[in-house]
Amino acid sequence: MSHTDSTSGALTSLSIKALHQGITSGQFSVMEVTQAYLERIERFEPEINAYITVTKESALASAVTIDNRIRAGELSNPLAGIPYALKDLYCTEGVLTTSGSKILHNFISPYDAHVTTQLKKAGGVLLGKNNMDEFAMGSSNESSAYGCVRNPWNPEYVPGGSSGGGAAAVAARLAPMVLGSDTGGSIRQPASFCGITGIKPTYGRVSRYGMIAFASSLDQCGPMAVSAEDCALTLNAIAGLDERDSTCSTEPVPDYTATLNQPLTGLRIGVPKQFFAEGLNNEVATIIQAAIKAFELQGATVKEIDLPNSHLAVPVYYIIAPAEASSNLSRFDGVRYGARCDNPQDLTDMYKRTRAEGFGEEVKRRIMIGTYALSAGYYDAYYIKAQQVRRLIKNDFVQAFNDVDVIMGPCAPTAAFKLGEKVNDPVAMYLEDLYTIPVSLAGLPGMSIPVGFTQSGLPVGMQLVGNYFDEARLLNIAHQYQQLTDWHTRMPAQFA
Amino acid sequence: MSISIDEVKKVANLARLAVSEDKVSEYANSLSNILVLADQLEAVDTTGILPLANPHDALQRLREDVVTETNHRAEYQKIAPEVEDGLYLVPQVID
Repeated sequence: MSHTDSTSGALTSLSIKALHQGITSGQFSVMEVTQAYLERIERFEPEINAYITVTKESALASAVTIDNRIRAGELSNPLAGIPYALKDLYCTEGVLTTSGSKILHNFISPYDAHVTTQLKKAGGVLLGKNNMDEFAMGSSNESSAYGCVRNPWNPEYVPGGSSGGGAAAVAARLAPMVLGSDTGGSIRQPASFCGITGIKPTYGRVSRYGMIAFASSLDQCGPMAVSAEDCALTLNAIAGLDERDSTCSTEPVPDYTATLNQPLTGLRIGVPKQFFAEGLNNEVATIIQAAIKAFELQGATVKEIDLPNSHLAVPVYYIIAPAEASSNLSRFDGVRYGARCDNPQDLTDMYKRTRAEGFGEEVKRRIMIGTYALSAGYYDAYYIKAQQVRRLIKNDFVQAFNDVDVIMGPCAPTAAFKLGEKVNDPVAMYLEDLYTIPVSLAGLPGMSIPVGFTQSGLPVGMQLVGNYFDEARLLNIAHQYQQLTDWHTRMPAQFA
Repeated sequence: MSISIDEVKKVANLARLAVSEDKVSEYANSLSNILVLADQLEAVDTTGILPLANPHDALQRLREDVVTETNHRAEYQKIAPEVEDGLYLVPQVID
């Protein structure tokens, strides 16, 4: 089936809800929608590099099956026939799953992650696997072993990271929806840099089974899409208890779309003074303040709040996350799967060279820091100390939520930065996540929604932070804002 | 706190990472820079504060000790670098 540019362009600009309505009413088929996205991928992917693998053949095959099942009345899920992509750390049976690393360059996963199973069951069509920072360690997508991703708003700029491929894919409409993962800001910061909507749910809301682990007490899966409504529809399909992840929550899952239209009257917004202190770019500050003002005009009240320990979040994170990573990444040893070095002299040589050749610089740096922090003599001074301060950071948020319903502030201190700008300064890169890391350490749900553009045309996202398991409230707040603004529907002209 | 050349070598060995001689001082520098960041924590009074290992202070959920997984050895070994007769092969450890 062939398409004029305008037909496929029209299909790829539809919301998930509109796609679902069009498919179920027979206005267009799953095959037409799938082909429209595959055509865009073919056309724009060489410039953006948002995908490590495009699963064209299996996407077309499942489009046929899903079209038939929908027509037979077997499939009515709101995600039935909706194309999507997965960050390349979600295991997909029979499909390459690299986690952005050379050490997994040949890893064809023998099983599906829980979220993969959920989206398959819902009838989604997998378009491919998104590029990412290696093992999700990075804030610019420059640490991927499969090349950097370019920001669709300006290809000289980074898309953010580590879910940079997914964020760029949604921004350039190379997928209507993707699953990212967030350990210290990896959904929210790239969503902000690429002008899309992304939500990191509460720790434990979504099963981590089959998600290649980085830092297990922080990692969380979440949707990235054009709108809050699309994120809500996706979260409905993936949230909930899965016995295969022992940290997955038993908390009941609401219908996240049911409360999207609730009015925001009486909403109490907390604005942390620490998030507007030194380090925040002026232009970003002005845009965020204007967005908060818009909520005030809708009847919300705004209150300054204090998160006195938030400045300690980056140091705490750069002990805890590498410590957990050094332990998680010890499984990559060249024995059971993945790469193995050539001609190992003995077992130790095999481990050491396999890992030295397979891991990139940033990953090695974090394994070293983590190993150091966990080693005899430093465990109490670094690891235990960091976990104690982590509790102080959490307590600040618990206190703040006694008086407010939502916390608002910037997602990142700046809009997207240029490729190569921070790549040689790890600490400067770490400070990118200054406002997202405290939320991750507390395990709270956080969101990024597009709220404006800089003078040079780069998007700026605002961070919304909710109380534990209050994703429905965050999505409601974001949806209401998106009823009054059109930042989220704007598209980069170059990829229109 | 800065990290010495010897400590870099020791940590690299613990982490089973081959680090070439010319890279050791580069690691010492970049790891020291990260540790300077971490040293901010020293000044915080954490007397009596319990470490937070799970954001919800949740404990591992236990389940009945019953078989839930079937055997997938053949599929799993298909992607291994080297296997023979159902066993993973590694360089010889004992003479």
